[in-house]
Amino acid sequence: MEELVVIGNGMVGHRLVEALRDRGGDGRWRVTVVGEEPRSAYDRVALSSYFDGATAQDLSLGDLAGPGVRVRVGERATSLDRGARTVTTTGGTLSYDRLVLATGSAPFVPPVPGHDLPGCHVYRTIEDLDAITAAARAGARTGVVVGGGLLGLEAANALRLLGLRAHVVELAPHLMPAQVDEGGGALLAGLVRDLGVQVHTGAASTAVEAGPDGRAARLRLADGTHLDTDLVVFSVGIRPRDELARAAGIAVGERGGVVVDDTCTTSDPRIHAVGEVACHRGTVYGLIAPGNAMAEVLADRLLGGRATFTGADTSTKLKLLGVDVASFGDAHGRTPRCLDVVVNDAATGRYAKLVLSDDASTLLGGVLVGDAAAYASLRPLVGSPIPGHPLALIAPQGEPVGADALPDTAQVCSCNAVTKGDLVRAIGEGCHDVPALKACTRAGTSCGSCVPVLKRLLDKEGIAQSKALCEHFTHSRAELLEIVRATGTTTFSALIDAHGTGTGCDLCKPAVASILASLGNGHILEGEQATLQDTNDRHLANMQRNGTYSVVPRIPGGEITPDRLIVIGEVARDFGLYTKITGGQRIDLFGARLEQLPAIWTRLVEAGFESGHAYGKSLRTVKSCVGTTWCRYGVQDSVGLAIRLEERYRGLRSPHKLKSAVSGCARECAEARSKDFGIIATDHGWNLYVGGNGGFTPRHADLLASDLDEAALIRCIDRFLMFYIRTADRLQRTAAWIEAMDGGLDHLREVVVEDSLGIAADLEAAMDRHVATYTDEWAAVLADPDKLARFQSFANAPDTPDPTIAFTTTRDQPVPVGLGMPSLRTREDAR
Amino acid sequence: MTAYATEAPTAWTAACPSARLRPDDGVAVLLPGGRQAALFRTRTGLYAVDNIDPFTGAAVLSRGIVGDRAGEPTVASPLLKNVFSLRTGLSLDDPAVRLDTWPVHDDGTTVRIGTEGTP
Ligand SMILES: Cc1cc2nc3c(=O)[nH]c(=O)nc-3n(C[C@H](O)[C@H](O)[C@H](O)COP(=O)(O)OP(=O)(O)OC[C@H]3O[C@@H](n4cnc5c(N)ncnc54)[C@H](O)[C@@H]3O)c2cc1C
Repeated sequence: MEELVVIGNGMVGHRLVEALRDRGGDGRWRVTVVGEEPRSAYDRVALSSYFDGATAQDLSLGDLAGPGVRVRVGERATSLDRGARTVTTTGGTLSYDRLVLATGSAPFVPPVPGHDLPGCHVYRTIEDLDAITAAARAGARTGVVVGGGLLGLEAANALRLLGLRAHVVELAPHLMPAQVDEGGGALLAGLVRDLGVQVHTGAASTAVEAGPDGRAARLRLADGTHLDTDLVVFSVGIRPRDELARAAGIAVGERGGVVVDDTCTTSDPRIHAVGEVACHRGTVYGLIAPGNAMAEVLADRLLGGRATFTGADTSTKLKLLGVDVASFGDAHGRTPRCLDVVVNDAATGRYAKLVLSDDASTLLGGVLVGDAAAYASLRPLVGSPIPGHPLALIAPQGEPVGADALPDTAQVCSCNAVTKGDLVRAIGEGCHDVPALKACTRAGTSCGSCVPVLKRLLDKEGIAQSKALCEHFTHSRAELLEIVRATGTTTFSALIDAHGTGTGCDLCKPAVASILASLGNGHILEGEQATLQDTNDRHLANMQRNGTYSVVPRIPGGEITPDRLIVIGEVARDFGLYTKITGGQRIDLFGARLEQLPAIWTRLVEAGFESGHAYGKSLRTVKSCVGTTWCRYGVQDSVGLAIRLEERYRGLRSPHKLKSAVSGCARECAEARSKDFGIIATDHGWNLYVGGNGGFTPRHADLLASDLDEAALIRCIDRFLMFYIRTADRLQRTAAWIEAMDGGLDHLREVVVEDSLGIAADLEAAMDRHVATYTDEWAAVLADPDKLARFQSFANAPDTPDPTIAFTTTRDQPVPVGLGMPSLRTREDAR
Repeated sequence: MTAYATEAPTAWTAACPSARLRPDDGVAVLLPGGRQAALFRTRTGLYAVDNIDPFTGAAVLSRGIVGDRAGEPTVASPLLKNVFSLRTGLSLDDPAVRLDTWPVHDDGTTVRIGTEGTP
């Protein structure tokens, strides 16, 4: 195996190693990544969310280390010896066969007097943000950001979130000069001022002056005025970190950056450069998408491929201080004789400009400020004839551009360089929904702005996103739920007679049973409802491979008294049940025959246990760590909260199972981020994460809201769960539901946190009804002879157990003998 | 009411009182000789098929969901959800697999399964 050394464990270095691994390169290269920052790679693009509740762990891009990959963090490369093919680092010397420079860039600090005083900051790393936070907490009241570009505005917002009065000082006549034109910049300045940030444009900073304590206290401007401040953040641009290459005699660009060709190779054929440190055809890109594209090209080349990087789209769409800003293509109208079409609506705070070819037929670029919804459909159109009148594309009620209008070469996802052609091919190969397209092409997995176009492409390729539940109903689950809700239907027969065909099946019956239960139609084994229930719900226990059941009493939050624990043990012993601790902090008793279930539950109910709904598409458990109850590190009462949540949502029927957990501090011992809704304690309250799951495709939950008090937290979860119950498809976990949602997590946050649809009160009321009408399902069965009759082995021999069920003993416990399945017998059985 | 049968059986096993067999809600019945039937009443008739799911070997078909596929009355095994015709016993997933079926008779008081002269 050959040695590949990657210097820099930033976003692009990380992507390179991932791309190599995805292509199966782990057999060919032994990779060593050297990163100077004290932690492994994180999402720098989302850095500002650190001020919005995200933790360093939330931002992490994951651990690369694994077979064939070593990651050395907190170690800086200090020199290269190209002859010996070695790199010297602060931790030793490494030999390489190939070397990759992925050192990114550093903030440029203008050499004005006083730029290095204490109280002067930059905005690039988690440590930078920690330093700004510390300064703010130490009593700063006012902060000035020098630089009114993308990063400067993000920094200004951060200061605002820290409670400081924020100023932005920009040399150019308007904000974000690199992305937007003067008109857009002016509108943006207005919107930013409305948020309480003071904007000073056309203003040159000349010096930072210290106060009596020696810290920065005043910023002098060229017009003779000044701003008094407690801290200064410089954000006027970046410089590629090309110092290693320079010192080693590798070619660098005129304005910096390690010169690379279309294969991302430098003037030394064994050395490559990718990301913000690279200078390609005279351009140093300061965006993640071109860096990712370079990483993919280089990974391909390192494995003998022929990919090339020929330049990248610098389109961007962002939300800055709550204001949408997007620019794409030739946003500044630099093409000779181009034409502009502008909508500048100060009343609604929208600015939109399209740049067109001289005959107004081809879209060249554009700028959108205030409302960038059209971005997803306009950006891929750059270079193509425009459908219809240009004004129609940016008019307030503009039609979304049809996916047909795009040529195959149009880049639909610029973050991951996925073209329409790539997507159409993937659809042809069987990716028939948005999550599948995302997984196989990576489109839509970064900023997500292209997801609406993915949907339109699927539609256009004739993948009728068939939402029909089965052959008996043409409706989706969500549609049926609305029908049931609107018509007050309470039985399956009435529903299928009025809205379906035939007699139903094992797909639509449980789905409707779940809808009826979610809408509060009494006990799930009442009358006809019993015949609709899926395997486990039908007898309120989990059917195992030999037709026996397992029984899981509820143990809220995983907290249990010794006496109750003993009851469970006694029941298991008396009925001869195999006993195992579950992953959800409770106890599962296996091997109960159908006819034993009532007797088992009689004992459990007597001891105060309730159904744990391990059998239902419903809330399972709310796991917890011991939090402030016992733990030295706990900052909140996680056990108490977990119990209250479990008792609130127990018995709630939903499109799929729901799991939850509460961690009492950021150490996250309850693994809350692998749950549908997970809660992690902060110093100030609770962070709510949604959409996580384990299983076949594990996924971490995403932050929905932060620092909530308990009342606000419960309100958020109520709304989240009810919105999920009302709108998800059959057997769609929360993660897939959010992925498939138009607008994804942002839209969910708008609905759940900001109540953008005005339905929050209704959702909360529905949850309150659930809480008020909850009763224990098993206690109700025991009290009703009609329901008890369902728990018989044979209608004509209720006292005869099923003779096909047999057990053998393994590790002192009963386990099933697979009748009629000799191939499944274990060696132990044969002995 | 007599359901699907090819020959008239000569012996009948009492399964349960008529009222006990509710629509779409199967019961298991122990037959002479130790075999088990899954007995159903649906909108289209009475059916008895082997209670043992041939794909898993477990005696569970009476606990399956009843319905139809393109009009053919069916039961889905609660274990791996394989679907069988209630009329013919044929698996809709694998035509080589077939459940035994028995005739059923309901005289308004008792439901009976015809067990002699059949499988
Ligand atoms: C606040 C902020 C917001 C942003 N927002 C966006 C956005 O919305 N959209 C967008 O496209 N881009 C955005 N960017 C830019 C984006 O983050 C960068 O384009 C991207 O991180 C570049 O990746 P990289 O790997 O080239 O550099 P980096 O991510 O900077 O990684 C380089 C790494 O190399 C390390 N390193 C440097 N020298 C050495 C050495 N000698 N030895 C060892 N390690 C070394 C550095 O410490 C660093 O960890 C934003 C950047 C910031 C700071």
